[in-house]
Amino acid sequence: MTYEEVIFYVVAVPTVVGAIGVVTARNVVHSALFLILSLLSVAGIFILLSAEFLAIVQVLIYGGAVTILVLFAMMLTRVRDMPAALDGPQRPFAALAAGAFMVVSIFSMVSTEWPSDTNKINVISIQQIGNDLFTTWAVPFEVASLVLMVALLGAIVLARGEEGE
Amino acid sequence: MIPINDFLVLSSILFSLGIYGVLARRSAVLILMSVELMLQAVSINFIAFAVYLSPQAFTGLIFAVFVITIAAAEVGLALAIILRLYRNKATANVDEADMMKW
Repeated sequence: MTYEEVIFYVVAVPTVVGAIGVVTARNVVHSALFLILSLLSVAGIFILLSAEFLAIVQVLIYGGAVTILVLFAMMLTRVRDMPAALDGPQRPFAALAAGAFMVVSIFSMVSTEWPSDTNKINVISIQQIGNDLFTTWAVPFEVASLVLMVALLGAIVLARGEEGE
Repeated sequence: MIPINDFLVLSSILFSLGIYGVLARRSAVLILMSVELMLQAVSINFIAFAVYLSPQAFTGLIFAVFVITIAAAEVGLALAIILRLYRNKATANVDEADMMKW
């Protein structure tokens, strides 16, 4: 086992453990904390894939903003005070569907012949990403910023409530 | 070096756990967290394909940037809708929000 593989497992195991915690924890706040563990470990996976920019964005947006938002929503909707039944009666079917999907997708990924060399990472610098984002992908980039603005305005309008409430 | 299959298997596991969470959980906030897990799996897949298979175009990396952007917008909107639901129905469980069920 090379040192890269050791690092891979050091980051991949917390990712999967965190994900299992998110979907099985009996306490919703524990669930959110497991989500933070999982998201930060995914940032480590991004660094292993030499995508440092995305790793930084991951820590900032997911590790910071998204988890805090989720915790706030939990506080405001009082999920904690709800009865202990966090899972519906459909749980066995959910496990069956997820398991079937996992078997099929892992099997198809392992059995596929990839067209080029799949053992070497090609390092893509932040500079290259920036150049491409603002030349080739300029229009989708602007559309994405518009989507963000509309979503945030919509969130404010939805959450604020009616006049005089 | 790490073969690409390791990353793909990891993202499959993450995605399946996300599917399980979305289908099994009742609270909308927990479902949203499971959706986040699935989006993470997709990002890992995109980046792995970009750095291993298309080093010239690296479209996957750009796509991962957009996935993160849209995920941020989606979380903001979804939590606003959940708050609204809680205010109107005094619950955030998806199986109790059945106003449109015929």
